[in-house]
Amino acid sequence: MTCPPPAQIPALELLGFGECGWGATLIWGLGNSIVIALGAYALGFAIGICGAFGKLYGGPIAKDLLGVYTTIVRAVPELVLILILFYAFTGLLNDVLLAWGYDRIQISPIITGIVVLGVVQGAYQTEVLRGGILAVPAGQIEAARAMGMPSGVVARRIILPLMTANALPGLANLWLNATKDTALLAVIGFSELTKATYQASATTKAFFVFYPAAMCLYLLISLTSTFLIGRIEKWARRGQRDVRG
Amino acid sequence: MKKIVLAAVAALAFSSSAFADPLKFGVAAEPYPPFTSPDASGNWVGWEVDFLGAICKQAALDCVITPTAWDGLIPALTSGQIDVIMSSMSITAERAKTIDFSDHYYNTPAMIVATKGSGLKPTPEGLAGKIIGVQVSTTHEAYAQKYFAPTAAEIKTYQTLDEQNQDLAAGRIDAGMADSIALDAFLSSDAGKACCESEGNVQDDPEILGQGVGFGLRKGDPLKDKLNAAIKAIRADGTYAAITAKYFKSDIYGSDK
Amino acid sequence: MQDFLKPHRIVLILIAAALVIWCVFELNWSWLANPKYQVLILQGIWRTIWILVVTMVVGMVLAIPIGLAQAAGPWYLATPARVFCTIIRGTPLLMQLWLLYYGLGSLFPSIPWIKDSALWPYLRQAWPFAVVALSLSVAGYEGEVMRGAFKGVPHGQLEAAKSMGMPAFTMFRRIWLPQALQRVLPTLGGETVSQLKSTPLVSTITIMDIYAVTGRIRQDTFIIYEPLLLLAVVYMMITGLIVLLFRWFESRTPTRTA
Repeated sequence: MTCPPPAQIPALELLGFGECGWGATLIWGLGNSIVIALGAYALGFAIGICGAFGKLYGGPIAKDLLGVYTTIVRAVPELVLILILFYAFTGLLNDVLLAWGYDRIQISPIITGIVVLGVVQGAYQTEVLRGGILAVPAGQIEAARAMGMPSGVVARRIILPLMTANALPGLANLWLNATKDTALLAVIGFSELTKATYQASATTKAFFVFYPAAMCLYLLISLTSTFLIGRIEKWARRGQRDVRG
Repeated sequence: MKKIVLAAVAALAFSSSAFADPLKFGVAAEPYPPFTSPDASGNWVGWEVDFLGAICKQAALDCVITPTAWDGLIPALTSGQIDVIMSSMSITAERAKTIDFSDHYYNTPAMIVATKGSGLKPTPEGLAGKIIGVQVSTTHEAYAQKYFAPTAAEIKTYQTLDEQNQDLAAGRIDAGMADSIALDAFLSSDAGKACCESEGNVQDDPEILGQGVGFGLRKGDPLKDKLNAAIKAIRADGTYAAITAKYFKSDIYGSDK
Repeated sequence: MQDFLKPHRIVLILIAAALVIWCVFELNWSWLANPKYQVLILQGIWRTIWILVVTMVVGMVLAIPIGLAQAAGPWYLATPARVFCTIIRGTPLLMQLWLLYYGLGSLFPSIPWIKDSALWPYLRQAWPFAVVALSLSVAGYEGEVMRGAFKGVPHGQLEAAKSMGMPAFTMFRRIWLPQALQRVLPTLGGETVSQLKSTPLVSTITIMDIYAVTGRIRQDTFIIYEPLLLLAVVYMMITGLIVLLFRWFESRTPTRTA
């Protein structure tokens, strides 16, 4: 450690990748945040698709259980769910493995983060996708059925493409939430971008270097996402009349 | 196709354990210099890290450090996410109800720090009417609750010593209580030099402050004997003293009970 | 009621009841009998609700000018309001909270006139930072909603008021604002629930809300699941209360819009 005291290091060097810079730590945290957000969002989407179809076309028990799932997840703070799932998920998995005669396993924190946030995302995506499916004109589905299409094909070729445009604004919002919710993992000690920022600034006392820098990184994610989502939305609405008039 | 994806996911999830199974030593994710703290590149450094290196070499164990939130350490140990706690955890009767402890590997007194020129004393009378910071659910909190709470304005609890020190520097608390070694490290840092000074050690109460710091283990884990033997061995062959000299001016082992 | 009690549902309810009974008798709730924890839990719930109510009210009051500035203000008001909303909505609340508490808060004692002022006893506590951060968050999100609401009020209404010779402020107070608020009201219940779910973040800056209290119980007793279960139940009950309150509130406000 040959670094001068942090107070004497210029801001740019603190943010840099040199020996005394925290740039690598921040970028590593940003990478973790993005990987978890992407993973959680994808898992949430998978849960959401199953949940939405289950809620609309599933049996009565499936409908009720999905209702309980979405209600609980949307009523309890993400932070609490993260803690519960964090302990329960790994604890239960290990109990099962031990019961089957296997050894305990260590699940990487990234996977835990993805699963936990994915379960949370799944509940919200279920509701958004359900709304998207409901907004598909019933005539379209009936017409497909009347043509003798099997229901799997109806779902894949009629409902999914048509609901995409309806569900996109909601899904876009949830993606932005996913990127910000990764910060909650900082509370359970996981070093994503927020935690990395905290550690860097607590060590160097350069609060007004690291926090604005990290906020710019988050803004960069959200502004890029908003831009890309706008493009995707335009593409999804191709062939539809402009309802805004 | 599906099977391949599943296999890939499984490999990703379990990759750390699929091969050799190193022992996972849980360290509080919050920096606790000079014992355990991450450096700028994310490597764990400090006295306990060096000490662990010596222990594992001595006992021929394959060890990895697993950062876990301080409040999650004991649950993580009992639920099997980590195998040993090595996080400056004091050996107390309360904790010994849930987990086993190795012999102690260091034992240092508790100290009071305050802002410069405050003239506070590390006694109940000296801290009357003041706001005192401690780390939550530590031996120091128990001590502060017993001795200082009746006369102090407030006992404020923190998740980490780092936050407590920051709040002391920011003037949000009048005094902080913690391990003397950890506080010495803070006082010799730039931030500590600028704001604060030691007000002396508190009167010892082994009943509350415990019998030093040891490894935390699952109840009945045979690893305990191995670790105890390793502690004894590196004490005897001078490795312990060499590591300590790297960080501290004097020995931190304390007395042999 | 008959619609609700279908046969499969009775079975599900019985299973749920069995689960609850199992939880009550098989899990370790002994810590609930400790009077120290009872007091802490009640205090924690009170603090959570207090922060929720105060930050919602302050945030909404701030959201009105922010929304108005964006909807109808000149560029030198609209641009800062827009930037404010983008920053608040684009970065995690946890980070904003830490920037205020650890960053700004650590600056204060080095500024003599702040340290010597009558405000210092408040500024050295944590709750002003929590209130500011959480209120600004509400202001940022609701400012955006209010912008849409102000824009959504039919132009004819405003023109009619103007042609009647109503002064600008009276028009705002009696026509524009009430109609905009009426548009926002249905979303307000959901926003309050979201805000409730943000409140546990204040535990990271030493405020002993209900989340922090159960955290401390977990650390004291090494019991993991039971305090977390209690916590989930407490939040669900507060959420239910909010939903009921807003439903009652909505049923009492006339919904007819011009």
